[in-house]
Amino acid sequence: MLKIPQSVYDSLRHHGEKTYPHECCGVLLGQMDGDIRTVASAAPAGNTRTDSAHNRYNIDPKDLVRIQREGREREEDIVGFYHSHPDHPAQWSPTDLAEAHWFGCSYVITSVEKGKAVLTNSFELTGTDENDKKLVDEKIEVG
Amino acid sequence: MPKIHIPTPLRQYAGKQPAIEVEASTIGEALSGLVAQHPDLRRHLYTDDGKLRAFVNVYLNDEDIRYLQKDATPVKASDSISIVPSIAGGRFDFRL
Repeated sequence: MLKIPQSVYDSLRHHGEKTYPHECCGVLLGQMDGDIRTVASAAPAGNTRTDSAHNRYNIDPKDLVRIQREGREREEDIVGFYHSHPDHPAQWSPTDLAEAHWFGCSYVITSVEKGKAVLTNSFELTGTDENDKKLVDEKIEVG
Repeated sequence: MPKIHIPTPLRQYAGKQPAIEVEASTIGEALSGLVAQHPDLRRHLYTDDGKLRAFVNVYLNDEDIRYLQKDATPVKASDSISIVPSIAGGRFDFRL
């Protein structure tokens, strides 16, 4: 399960509206306790896939190293990521699964239709390695 | 000793530690030392033929080791090494 404050939830949805018709992306930081990921903050990231930003995203690892370091200073760990699907359902795609490598983390997807955020869903990357990984629906508790 | 920061999904294979110090003078020695201490990490970092997995990025402070001297990149005691699996995806369906 993903627990997320309303303000952070609103900010990641707003991020998807702001970058529409391109995909937005960012990192969720907080604490992990077994199957519960509690978000304390979100760090928006730039999408390096400028060649295909309407249907692909990639977070620059250099950004990630910085976000991870800043999180450590606040005693927050990376617990998940978010991105948007412009004019496409809030469901993971084969590309999302193929390129997901952070096991035990949440992958949050917001559908943005005609510039307006609609549905936000979260999926946990389960499994032990690249051969048995799955993105599994998980509950989002906002508030 | 240089410190290696372990990303959250790999900590379960590294004694649940967020960072591990290893005696090393190069990146290659640091990663070998890490895997020697925590053998379960090996298959998550390396392919069967011993190459770093394509989605595993290794940073020395704020620099990607691929643009330095890769495994031969020298490290100092005060350096910070980060293992960062890539984060990417999108609605694009590669099967189309």
